[in-house]
Amino acid sequence: MRAYVVSRLAQTALVVFLSLSAVFFLVRLSGDPVLLFMPMDIQTKDVNEFRQRLGFNDPLPVQYARFVGGALRGDFGESLRYRRDALGLVLERLPATLLLAGTSLLLTVLVAIPLGVVSAVRRDSVLDHLGTISTVLGQATPGFWLGLLLIYLFSVQLRWLPTGGMGGLAHLVMPSVVLAAFYSARIARLTRSAVLEVLGEDYILTARAKGLAEGRVIGKHTLRNSAIPIVTLAGLEAGQILGGAVITETIFAWPGLGRLTVQALLNRDFPVVLAAVFFISLMYTLINLAVDLLYGWLDPRVRLR
Amino acid sequence: MKKWLGIALTLGAILAAIAAPWLAAHDPLRTDFAQSLKPPGAPGHPLGTDQLGRDLLARLLYGARLALFIGVCTVVATAVVGGLLGLVAGFVERWPSTVLMRIVDVQLSFPFILLAMTINAIVGLGLRNIILSLSAAGWVVYARVVRGEVLSVKQRDYVQAASALGMGRTRLMFRHVLPNVAPSIIVVASLQFSSFIVAEAAISFLGFGVQPPTPAWGSMLSESRDFLYVAWWLAAFPGAALALTALGVNLLGDWLRDTLDPKLRV
Repeated sequence: MRAYVVSRLAQTALVVFLSLSAVFFLVRLSGDPVLLFMPMDIQTKDVNEFRQRLGFNDPLPVQYARFVGGALRGDFGESLRYRRDALGLVLERLPATLLLAGTSLLLTVLVAIPLGVVSAVRRDSVLDHLGTISTVLGQATPGFWLGLLLIYLFSVQLRWLPTGGMGGLAHLVMPSVVLAAFYSARIARLTRSAVLEVLGEDYILTARAKGLAEGRVIGKHTLRNSAIPIVTLAGLEAGQILGGAVITETIFAWPGLGRLTVQALLNRDFPVVLAAVFFISLMYTLINLAVDLLYGWLDPRVRLR
Repeated sequence: MKKWLGIALTLGAILAAIAAPWLAAHDPLRTDFAQSLKPPGAPGHPLGTDQLGRDLLARLLYGARLALFIGVCTVVATAVVGGLLGLVAGFVERWPSTVLMRIVDVQLSFPFILLAMTINAIVGLGLRNIILSLSAAGWVVYARVVRGEVLSVKQRDYVQAASALGMGRTRLMFRHVLPNVAPSIIVVASLQFSSFIVAEAAISFLGFGVQPPTPAWGSMLSESRDFLYVAWWLAAFPGAALALTALGVNLLGDWLRDTLDPKLRV
């Protein structure tokens, strides 16, 4: 078990390192980062001075070695726009994203799993059909459109909620609902099919035949056995929530990592982009590791290698 | 029911895309300040006009053209590249395949939309570059699914028999293995199609994709944000067009999966 966790952590480090290297070389290959950042009418002398100061005049391998050395110490360089430590900027924005992503994940689990279970247990009931319709619609509705509709309804027309920014609980409502909507739809659908599959198993028939109360058949035998596919997808989606946060944060002006990344990309502020890539790929792979460890606990038949 | 709704919505989108020049009564790019921000139902503009007085219906129809074009291009590019690499990786189990699958793992460990956006920020914006970035971000799904399928098809008796009879590897691969993994490729393609269209709209919405004044649904929604207080229709209709197209293609994809390959999980 310990050996497994250690080797997976090593893999995580490798994945993070490779994604950073890929972005580093893509950025350097695509052109001079200084020229991309500078205004068009700047003088050549100033450009050269800027390049010298930031070390862009050195050969590429030297720059790469310096970048890797810096990254290992948590130093991604200075933001070209804010003239501040890039990592510090990212760390400053991280809690806002974690708050948003955590709330959405909680909302997803609280809505989607009960909905999926009830739809499966009461198959072909009105509730099941309503559930199917809403999940199919939820999957097809782009988050940024849902966000605009909610802003129109709750901010422009009803004036109940703020259009954006971060503050009290009211600011959190719309962004987390938008972020949760798409994932809830997917997880509710998957929960329904996973529960249906388990309900067809022989041991459920046995449990019912021996007169076990329906609540225990569902609660004890069905849910635990259908948990694996649900946890797998929920885990994968937890990572995708980070991607969805990029869009949601932009719509609602939520001061998180996603919005910072979009702005850094628009401004070609590549030190900040690299620091953000570092955190996003780190979180993503750690979430996947947590999901894999959860399997072993849910299903002792799964041997972790 | 689901199947027919899927077919109807998809056909509707295709029809809008093909017949846009005949269905639209206005040039989607022509501005007319006297007619700006007219609500739906205004004379000559059934869905209203935008802040520059451009006809919203015409822009939606041409937007369908753009969305489907980008969807088709990226689905074909990713299916061919990812499918072929997956086929070879499943067939030749040596170190190049291992390296390829590690690349797939690394790429899958990064949010799709952010990857495509990063590529756009680096290589540049515009139609050609967004097709490029979506394809570069999307091929890995096919590579993984196809490789898994090939590994199992390869063990089947008819492949073993053909191999024992002395059939060459390339011929074996294309003659016996490819036709048997083709259904999975089709199912993945149909399920990927709507995510590509939505991703393109999201990227254009954030300003990294198709640039104004080209009528792309995503950039239309982005512009509509400034007029949300006065012109709800600018936000409502492009989003509805996008959602209905995605819904139609999704339903069609679900139906294809149930028919061709019920066990496939994407």
